[in-house]
Formats: sequence, structure tokens, C-alpha cells
Amino acid sequence: MHIHFADPYRAGTSVLHELDARVKFVLVIAFILTTALTPVGAWPVYVLLLSLVLSATLLSDLGIGHVLKRASLALPFVLAALPLLFTVEGRPLLVIPIAAWTLTFTAEGLARFASIALKSWLSVQAAIILVESTPFTQLLIAMRAVKVPRLLVAIFSLMWRYLFVLADEVLRLLRARASRSGHSGEPGKRPGGTLVWRAQVTGGMAGNLFLRSFERGDRIYVAMLARGYDGEVRSFAVPPLTVAHWIVLGAGLAVLGLLLAFAYLIWS
Amino acid sequence: MLNSPAYMHVPDGFLSVPVSIVLWVVSIAAVGYALMRVNKDLGERQVPMMGVLAACIFAGQMLNFSVTGGTSGHLLGAALATILLGPWAGVLVLTCVVSVQALIFQDGGLLALGGNIFNMAVIGVTVSYAVYRVVQKIAAGRPWGTFVGGLAAAWFSIVIASLAAALELALSGTSPANVAVPAMGGIHMLIGIGEALITAGALAFLSATRRDLLKPGDATPAGGRLAWVIGLLIALGLAVISPIASSNPDGLEWVAEQLGFLQNAAEPTFTIIPDYVMPGVSSEALATIIAGVVGTLIVFGVALLVAYLRRSHSGAPEQQA
Amino acid sequence: MNNARNGLVQPNALQTEHGTALSGAYAVEISNLSFAYPDGHAALHDVSLTIQPGQKVALVGPNGAGKSTLLLHLNGILTGQGHIRVNGLPVVSRNLARIRAMVGLVFQSPDDQLFSPTVFDDVAFGPIYQGLPEPEVRRRVQEALAAVHMSDYATRVSHHLSVGEKKRIAIATVLSMRPSILVLDEPSAGVDPRARRGLINLLRELPQTIIVTTHDLHLVRDFILRTVVMDEGHIVADGPTGEILRDAALLEAHGLEMP
Repeated sequence: MHIHFADPYRAGTSVLHELDARVKFVLVIAFILTTALTPVGAWPVYVLLLSLVLSATLLSDLGIGHVLKRASLALPFVLAALPLLFTVEGRPLLVIPIAAWTLTFTAEGLARFASIALKSWLSVQAAIILVESTPFTQLLIAMRAVKVPRLLVAIFSLMWRYLFVLADEVLRLLRARASRSGHSGEPGKRPGGTLVWRAQVTGGMAGNLFLRSFERGDRIYVAMLARGYDGEVRSFAVPPLTVAHWIVLGAGLAVLGLLLAFAYLIWS
Repeated sequence: MLNSPAYMHVPDGFLSVPVSIVLWVVSIAAVGYALMRVNKDLGERQVPMMGVLAACIFAGQMLNFSVTGGTSGHLLGAALATILLGPWAGVLVLTCVVSVQALIFQDGGLLALGGNIFNMAVIGVTVSYAVYRVVQKIAAGRPWGTFVGGLAAAWFSIVIASLAAALELALSGTSPANVAVPAMGGIHMLIGIGEALITAGALAFLSATRRDLLKPGDATPAGGRLAWVIGLLIALGLAVISPIASSNPDGLEWVAEQLGFLQNAAEPTFTIIPDYVMPGVSSEALATIIAGVVGTLIVFGVALLVAYLRRSHSGAPEQQA
Repeated sequence: MNNARNGLVQPNALQTEHGTALSGAYAVEISNLSFAYPDGHAALHDVSLTIQPGQKVALVGPNGAGKSTLLLHLNGILTGQGHIRVNGLPVVSRNLARIRAMVGLVFQSPDDQLFSPTVFDDVAFGPIYQGLPEPEVRRRVQEALAAVHMSDYATRVSHHLSVGEKKRIAIATVLSMRPSILVLDEPSAGVDPRARRGLINLLRELPQTIIVTTHDLHLVRDFILRTVVMDEGHIVADGPTGEILRDAALLEAHGLEMP
């Protein structure tokens, strides 16, 4: 019985699965940074960035359809940028009179909006490829490689271990509540109780979950003590990158750098 | 993941690079300080406890209740974590939650993560703490202080964090302040009510079962005063700036332009391809076509390579797991 | 409401308000039910089962046999391929609220079921959700707590009770909805022998149709007349408890031990 959100990692033997997590991690961050720095309206650069991310999807064996579908996740946020269509001054494309106002839909506004939506869409795809081709434990190593504090990495590691346990606990709480959310079908009785009551019941469930987590935290600590834990988080040294990995990393960064240089030569 | 309260998780592409970098720097400083404090206050117990509680807040965000017409209220958990763990552990727990959401579940972007940590972990927690302490002081030990404090802390933490997110979007030039601030603020004033009621419900459960976890006055860890002051300043600052910014967006736009110097697509300084190579075809359109062709070739080449690798793999079936 | 079965009920036991909706119908009717979890794991294969009103049935079998999965279908928490009727009413989304009032599902871990500050609040959850007026809610809570012999516990905090007490309260939280069918997942797991004995006596005196999943064949032997053996998502045996518990080969084959 497991919850809908599962570990997004999908095991595989593709070229990208085999690539060192640290290289992937740095390249994905660099890709997102490059995308963020690409000027508004530099369409050729966006096309080339898209071809890079599609190539990576092909190399990862995850399936282009699958990655694109998951990438639609961040789309609703585009609403936040929608007003730009009308507020950026520029060449009017369409004028809509609404009562006393007029909304002016400008070419510049459209370019700005489309650029933001594209940036978001490209970045999400890169992030999806990273997590779906890299097990979490490897991501932890990558975090250590980019100097995330050791303590924070240790917390991440424990959090990951218990995330699914606690998500299952939440699922069982929700099921137990749903099972008792019945209605006799008699007329005149409105099921559901008041909004405030429903919110407070949910609060009780949150309190219950917190208390059980707190007690579990104590038990885990005792179990760790029993195996010699002294408060110091230790882990294996991370092996150095191979020459091949350095070459991939260098080549990837060089391509992104060239794209950015290209973008700035022409569009700024 | 399912039903996540994602309204406040800003994805990549929506924050400009300068804004992202500034927020990263602030968040790293805040998290670094919180790590130091937690190390001192909680000692060795911290790792398992922080890890499990981060998982708890993450999983707890799936808890929902139906509001009306298919919409539902959710728990975000910043206020609850702060009240139960104190500000510094709260910052760490929320940082872990927000980071895993971005890294693993694409709830919020990676470059935007600094901003999301700042909004939800730093602002959410310090504002909760400041509001909770203020109400407790007023209540002077009477039992309603816990519940009213919880209600107020939850509501303010959500609303103030959303105002911060709106101002960041406005500074990035992705959403005009006079639209983003009222829209984000308005929605979160409603979402905040759900958060407040759930938080109060959780506190009621805990005060009935383990009152010791909620002992008033106990939640003043070393450095608590600092969190208190920061939270109060942030809350007051944003409460004052937001209406000014939304009624007078030009000032903010000016700042945005100064910050956004890197991305402003101004006039091309020089062009490599002459403006018109063929009658009716601009250099821009031509460049896009060329990029399209090059891009297609790259993708096609990679597809061929993958197909070739697959075939050589299937030639050696014993290697397949 | 149909209280036709009140005549059969012991004077101090609960009434079942949502009794048989259609006369002559089975309490539970499952035909050709199959279910696979989203991760692809197939938990039920073509399960068919009918249960008469008032019957007490045990579902036994090894871990992972599909017992709990089957229970979660009885009130539509999970929905697989096939048809299920409860008191003649098909388990489909438009009937779920009524079905959940008829089927009282008691989960294995009482901690999942007890999420309110006090015992009273937990037992009152179902009646309040049904929109009952306050005096009626109070009456239902008293009645349910009396039925599990825990009348003095209304103001207690669930979290601090023993496992056996929590189990009783969990049963009360569904009895307060006056279900006609009680479904219990592993009621005796983690309970000490004395509390277990008390639970068995309690289940024996409840008038409802009862379905329990369990590994505890002593519990089965003591008061349940019909036993259904499940393994790997199939029903492999179904018959009088006495016969099934004497079939050493059958029990051995499906990882069970003779009591």
C-alpha cells in the first residue's frame, strides 16, 4: 500500500544513468542558469537549449513523452506572468476595450511572457531528467561535492529514509477519516460538519502525525546510539572524478558558455 | 506530488538572476546561522530528530480538508514547526522540506530555491516566531495564548511570505507589483485561514496529549531574540512596502530595471548577420530557422546514437539485467 | 429506517440503523474483483464472495495475501475491477457516503484512527460528519462507548491509553455511526492475552455482520463460524471454521499454524 508520490528515480542503464551524479548535478544547475540568463526574445537560443534538453532525454531513455508530461507540472504558475501581456509597453498587437479601460496587448509583452514560460519549461525538464536518472543517495554525494554542509546532508538523508514511511502514515490517517465520513442518506441532514470543524479535525491529524514523528525521532536516536553514534556524522570519502567525467563536464559547460556568448553577442 | 500547496513555490524562469542570487546569499547566511545555533542547542540528537520532523512536515502537507466545490485547504507547517521546535530548528526543517520539494518533486525551481527557502523557511519561520511570541506576551501565560498565538502565527506567516514572493516576482520583472501583490496577498489571506485552523487543531491535539511539548516560555532558545526581531522587522517591512509598491509600481520597476541589467533585451549593440539577408526575411527569423535546423540535427544525431548503442547492447543479451 | 433486525439484538447492544436496504439482499456481495496497485503489484485476482446479514466471517492468510486490500474495497477506499454491493447498494462513487455509514472499518493501527484530542471527539467524528444534532451525537457517543465497555473514557486522551484500550475506542469510533457491517483489520494484533480475551468477548456480543482479517486462529476458533482462506490474491478455501482449522495440509500450504 503506497502513496501516489513515489521515488521519482527510474532505474536504467542509459548513458545518463551511468554518468556521475556530481557531473549531472553541476550541468543541470549550469543549464538552468544559462536558461535564466538568456535574454528575452532570443528565440534561436531557446530552440538550441530545447534541443539540448531533448537530446538529454533521449540519452536518458526516460521517454520524451513522459518527461514532457511531467514538465507540464509547473505550467499553472505561468498565470503569475500573464499580466505582462498587457502591462509591458510596446507595439500594440490588439486593443481590447473593457468598460472604461482599454487593455493593450503588446508584442513586447508577448515576447516577455513567452520567454518566461519557455525558461520555466526548459528548466523543469532538466530537473526532471536529473532526478529520474539519479538515485537519491547519489544526489546526496553530489550535494556534498558542491559543499552543502555535512549536517544538512545528513538531515536530508534521514528525511528521505522516513519520508515514505510517514507519507504512508498520512495515507492511513486519510483513509481512516474517509472511512468514517459517511452519510445515512436521510433528508434534512447535511453531511460534512462545519468548515472550522473539518479544519480542526485535520489539525488533530497533523498533531497526531507530529507526535508520532517526534517519538519516532527519539527511538531512532536511541537506535543510533545503540550502534555507537556519537553525534558526529561520518561518511565515506567521495571518490575523485575520472578523466572522462571531467571531459563531459568541461564539454557541457563549454557548450552552455558558447550558447550564452552567442545570445549576448546578438541580443544585447 | 499530489495536492501539494504549490502556490508559493516559485519555479525557475520567474525570478531574474540578480534577484535569485541575492536571495540565495541571504538564505545561505540564515541557514548557516541556524545550523550553528541548532548544533549548540540540540546537540547530537538533532540529526535523527530534524530528519524525521522534516519528513513529517513534508508528509503533513498532504493532509487536507475540503473547503467548497472541489477546493481544499492544506497545511504548510511553518508556524507549527516553529512553535514546536523553536525558530532555528524550524528554519532547518523547512529548508529541508522546501529543498526536497524542489530537487525531487519539481515543486519550485532550483535556481529559484534560494528565494523559496527565503520565503518559506526564513520569512515563514521568523514571522511565525515573532507573532507567536508577541501574542504570548500579551496573553501573559494564560492558556489562550497558545491557540491565538498559533492561529495568528500561521495566518501571518503565510500572508507575509506570499507578499515577499509577490515582491520578488515584481522585482524580477515577471509580474507587475500592482497585480502580483494584491493577487498573491489576497489568495493567501484565504489560504492562511485554513493554515491557521489546522495549526490550532494540531496545537489542541498536542496540548491534550503532550502538553510538555508546548510549555510556554520554554521556546526561548539562545538567539531566540534575534529571530524574534528579524521576524518582526520582516513582517512590518513587507506590510508597509507591499501596499506602497502595488499602488506605485513605477518605483519598483525602476529598481527592477537596475537589477535586471543583465537580461534587459535592449537594442542589439551590433549584429553579425545583416538585418535583411533576403527580402522579407529578418536576421532574427533567419537565425531562428538556422537554430531550428541545427537543433533538429543535434536531436536526430543523438537519437541515432542511442539507437546504435541499443542495437549493440541487444547483440549481447547476457549483459542485460 | 429499517430496524427490522432489532428483534434479534440483545437488549443492551447497539441498534443497526442502516440495516438491509433491500430485503433478501446479501450484506456483502463481491463478484470477480481484481485489483492492482499503481506500482503494478497485483493484490487481488478475480475474488468472489457473498456474506449473509449477521454472519461473522474470518479472512485468514499469510502477509501479502490481499486481505487488507480486500477490506479497503468494502467501503470504496480502493476501487478495482469487478462489482461489489453492500446491503444491495453498488459500491460506486455516488453511493460512497451512504456505504461508509453502513460499513464500519476499523484499521489495524488504532493510532491511525484516533486523531482527535479526546476519546469523545474521536467517537463523535462520524455522527458530526453525518450532520446529526448535538444531543443525538452525545447519545451516540455514550451508546458506542457503552457497547465497548469504555463509558468512563469519554474525556480521556486517546494517545495515553494502552493498545487494548485504543482498540476498543477505535471500534467505538465506528459503532457510533451505527453501521450494519463491522470490518476489522487484525483486531488482536499487538494486544496482550487478557485484552485479547476481552476483545473476543466484545466481538462475540456485537450483533452486526462482522468481517475480520487475522493471523490469530484462536480468535477465529472461538466465535467465528465461517473462515475464508486467502493467498496471493486468491480465495483458496471457504467453509465452516471447524473444518478449515482441522485441514492441516491446507493450513500448512498457506503459511498458517493450527491453533
